[in-house]
Amino acid sequence: MIQVDHIIKSFDGTQVLQGISTVFEKGKTNLIIGQSGSGKTVFLKCLLGLFQTDSGKILFENKAISEMTVNERSVLRQEIGMVFQGSALFDSMTVEENIMFPMQMFTDKENDEIRDRANEVIKRVNLINANEKFPDEISGGMKKRVAIARSIVMNPKYLFCDEPNSGLDPKTAILIDNLIQEITSEYNITTVINSHDMNSVMEIGEKIVFLLNGKKAWEGTKEDIFTTENEAVSNFVYSSDLFKKVREMYLKT
Amino acid sequence: MKILSNIGKYFLMLQSVFGKFTKWRILKQLILKDIDSLIIGSLGIVSFISFFVGGVVSIQTALNLENPLLPKNLIGFATRQSIILEFAPTFISVIMAGKVGSYITSSIGTMRVTEQIDALEVMGINTYNYLIFPKIVALSLYPLVICLSMFLGIFGGYIACVYGGFSSSTEFVEGIQLDFIPFHITYAFIKTIFFSFILATVPSFHGYFMTGGALEVGKASTVSFVWTSVVIILLNYLITQLLLT
Repeated sequence: MIQVDHIIKSFDGTQVLQGISTVFEKGKTNLIIGQSGSGKTVFLKCLLGLFQTDSGKILFENKAISEMTVNERSVLRQEIGMVFQGSALFDSMTVEENIMFPMQMFTDKENDEIRDRANEVIKRVNLINANEKFPDEISGGMKKRVAIARSIVMNPKYLFCDEPNSGLDPKTAILIDNLIQEITSEYNITTVINSHDMNSVMEIGEKIVFLLNGKKAWEGTKEDIFTTENEAVSNFVYSSDLFKKVREMYLKT
Repeated sequence: MKILSNIGKYFLMLQSVFGKFTKWRILKQLILKDIDSLIIGSLGIVSFISFFVGGVVSIQTALNLENPLLPKNLIGFATRQSIILEFAPTFISVIMAGKVGSYITSSIGTMRVTEQIDALEVMGINTYNYLIFPKIVALSLYPLVICLSMFLGIFGGYIACVYGGFSSSTEFVEGIQLDFIPFHITYAFIKTIFFSFILATVPSFHGYFMTGGALEVGKASTVSFVWTSVVIILLNYLITQLLLT
């Protein structure tokens, strides 16, 4: 579980995050949604410790990052898996080497053992015949799968995803969403996904936090989103006619 | 103010480079990869430039020796002095600032733009050590490149002078041995060691702290070349003042 307590973050005097508080629960896919520029990526980077907050606390299993020792932080980082928007795969390594990398870095296991574990997660994310390929030789969807495989190879407690299905076709996007949800419940991890994809919201949003201009404007589940009277979140989620009709149909039934 | 802030940032970066060390089995691979791309990959261009510039230095010297009373061995002497004291250590380093420096800046800069550095940081890796330390170690072999440059420069001078008919082989070799001060070699290698550190760290700094996209990677490479050259030239002046005067 991750608790966020009134965090504030500014850049050059402009408050990008204005006192956000929420809880991300274990075993659930927690979504952060909002328009571009609403502070989603900054929020995620604060959770990851890539940005230091001006004030407020972020607690992992009731322990604030700011109060952790260097060693505790180092251990925490090894318990975090991250899927970046652009996958962030290492160009100079093959798919298999990318996935083996965290284990080579942080465990004393033999290479064969590490390779076995890498192949286990490669199978789990349904990557076929890609072990020896380099990132620029595979498709966007495959890159996301490699990034997911790399992020779960160390059995993390927390999984963060920054717009995991951006740039993917709808079918692949849904496959990636489902994969993340399956992994979340299978590994019982706390997953936080940054997204502005409405399909993801409707498919896997077990908890949704809506950000507006750096503030938390709403939070709830994908079921709550159909009945909410919050104007800001309704305008954002139901901006297309298709989703408006889906909502009407849902409310009628 | 920005320059002062960047100088401070550069020294803080150096401190972090020697902070938490990356696992040896990973570091070893990175060092070997960097030796291949930074040292082995530069041998061709360094050899080519050194050989022909050595030749040009000897021809220019020969053409300027108009007085028949001046001995022909001065061509070998001038070629040796120019190559050992300045051309090989300093000007090859400026050329390397363009070749190796822009490679380092653009490779680290691309990793920054594509969030690969963020990915390493999220894993809890000391990215300064992981990215910059192997380059410092690889470039510690840089004096060997300069040694090769010195040899080929003088050899190029010999070929141009002897086969161009400016002096005999004996006169050129006599010139090379004339008033030879072994400390000049020491001085050249001391410079080279400092330059190798600059070649590894200044371009890394520009790549690591760059912001923006692909266009900015190109700009960062150019800025990195300019600053690496400036630092090499200033350091060259300082070391020469300290060691030779």
